Amino acid sequence: MNEPTFHHRQNKNGLLVDRIRRDGLEKTIRLLSGLISLVLIIGVSVSPRVSGQPQVRDDLSADIQIPPPPFTDGIFPCMDCHADMETNPERRALEDFHDDIVLKHDEENRWCMDCHDAENRDMLHSASGKPISFTESYKLCGQCHGPKLRDWKAGIHGRRTGSWNGQKEYLLCAHCHNPHSPEFKKIKPEAPPLKPGEIR
Amino acid sequence: MSGIKTILSPIKIGRRSFLKAAAVTGSIAALGACGSKADRDAFFQKNFRDMSKDEIARVIERLEKDYSETYGRPFSVSTAGPLPETNFGYALDISRCIGCRRCVYGCVEENNQSRDPQVHWIQVLEMEKEKGVDFLHSNLYYDHDEVPHEGHFYLPVACQQCRNAPCVKACPVDATWAEEDGIIVVDYDWCIGCRSCMAACPYGARHFNWGKVTIPEGEVNPASHYLGNRPRIKGVVEKCTFCIQRVREGLYPKCVEVCPVGARKFGNLLDKDGEIRYILENKRVLVLREELNTQPKFFYFYG
Ligand code: HEC
Ligand code: HEC
Ligand code: HEC
Ligand code: HEC
Repeated sequence: MNEPTFHHRQNKNGLLVDRIRRDGLEKTIRLLSGLISLVLIIGVSVSPRVSGQPQVRDDLSADIQIPPPPFTDGIFPCMDCHADMETNPERRALEDFHDDIVLKHDEENRWCMDCHDAENRDMLHSASGKPISFTESYKLCGQCHGPKLRDWKAGIHGRRTGSWNGQKEYLLCAHCHNPHSPEFKKIKPEAPPLKPGEIR
Repeated sequence: MSGIKTILSPIKIGRRSFLKAAAVTGSIAALGACGSKADRDAFFQKNFRDMSKDEIARVIERLEKDYSETYGRPFSVSTAGPLPETNFGYALDISRCIGCRRCVYGCVEENNQSRDPQVHWIQVLEMEKEKGVDFLHSNLYYDHDEVPHEGHFYLPVACQQCRNAPCVKACPVDATWAEEDGIIVVDYDWCIGCRSCMAACPYGARHFNWGKVTIPEGEVNPASHYLGNRPRIKGVVEKCTFCIQRVREGLYPKCVEVCPVGARKFGNLLDKDGEIRYILENKRVLVLREELNTQPKFFYFYG
């Protein structure tokens, strides 16, 4: 049997992973042994991917639905205002409108028109200038975050809801990450469980 | 395996004869005198796996009637069996989870866990990034204004649905077993509450109903499964079933649906194009307490 190919990417958890491997008491396995025991126990033959890259569909399959982009009410179509406006590509603090938008996303190298189309404000655009619809904004993100897009298409990054063996819904990257400051925002946790002494 | 079964079966017979003996010394008389037919049926109800179709139908009819009366709304108790060619697996992305506990309470509501006394099938452990996966220094009771908390990561733990499940072996009466689709289930009406399975589980994933189960009016989930989220009685053990009432209908488990960061993944291990196989083949994966050879079908990974 060919060895499956694994991607050991060094991410921000690199430190954590190393720790886990050294931890003797609460020992944990890594991918390989997990996969092998899986094959042995459920008795199926895994046909490993020899290509080295995970296979994903070219684009999304038919049983996947995506909710509409999370626009602020009334802001779309953008052309309601922008049709009559000159594009101002200047890097600046916005004052007349969109003053809530502060770019915190690789902002030293980037400005509005790197993502938004100058001619048609109702569209985004790729690095090559190809227009991208807001309903497919993941294609824009994927230009710089290729591995994340691949995982997202496979249902690993981001969230799938609905039916595990049928129709499902995906969230756009923009549903979880504000494209202008994409760091995932902290939230308040639900209440901790009662301690044993507190349970009647 | 069959050795264990032969050793155990006399105990199982013992349970029934014990009940019969108890019955002779009083209950039967009482039942005969004033007990309803339903009481008698409940008393002589068999292990779910030993019931005939007719017997199951009668039990379900009685349960649905009881639950509907108790909770004041129509109640369904499904007995949907495993889907063909299905073996369920679960994977949780440790680099995504932020410890918000949405899953804990989503599970409580979906699965009719007792609110008081409190039962939680999912326990979210907070650990220090410095220390790595370290149960001794983990904190179940963290109470921050915001999560994730600086320098920490989160490890939600529920039933690991082991292929080599110590709890199943520990049960003296065969009240808990692995279904064809890999879900470990409990027949609450056959459980004698001895808690041997709890002692055997290395993950603390089984929970005992110390008191009368209470679910606030209006919060009960009436879409239930016999081997899953139907309301339990005092004195029996319960645990995560991958939401058997949902997944056998093709739905994702509740915790997958409510996770705001999308850290929870569920699917069919036999589907080579499915999410879980993608994770096993492309990600760094671990299982908890591998050295015990419990062979969980619940994986943790770095996404
Ligand atoms: C990294 C690419 C990127 C950059 C850079 C960027 N945007 Fe956006 N912007 C997007 C995407 C993607 C959306 C769509 C969000 C959605 O689906 O709701 C968006 C949405 C918007 C919206 C609609 C917001 C709302 O409230 O619904 C406005 C307005 C906007 N951008 C203005 C700007 C301005 C002004 C700048 C420069 C300061 C800018 N954008 C820079 C990608 C970008
Ligand atoms: C209500 C009118 C209005 C709507 C609707 C509107 N904009 Fe604007 N937009 C403005 C104004 C006014 C400015 C100039 C702000 C300034 O210079 O301080 C502006 C500026 C911008 C800029 C900065 C570049 C430039 O040409 O000045 C971007 C990018 C932008 N808008 C994107 C969008 C997008 C994308 C949408 C739709 C999702 C949108 N806007 C909808 C009024 C609007
Ligand atoms: C032109 C390249 C480019 C595009 C397009 C782009 N990004 Fe990024 N993104 C970056 C770079 C570079 C960084 C790292 C620097 C930073 O965090 O500012 C980054 C960082 C991030 C981060 C990590 C932020 C943090 O602080 O944790 C997220 C999340 C993210 N991007 C999401 C998105 C999403 C969603 C989109 C599509 C709407 C997108 N990106 C489009 C280049 C891009
Ligand atoms: C269901 C919500 C959700 C969706 C949808 C989502 N992400 Fe994320 N993403 C997260 C969370 C949560 C993190 C971790 C953030 C943290 O640790 O602070 C993250 C982290 C990231 C990071 C930082 C690197 C890392 O691994 O932590 C990037 C880049 C990113 N996402 C890109 C994307 C892109 C591109 C898409 C769409 C193709 C996308 N995300 C869709 C929730 C989501």
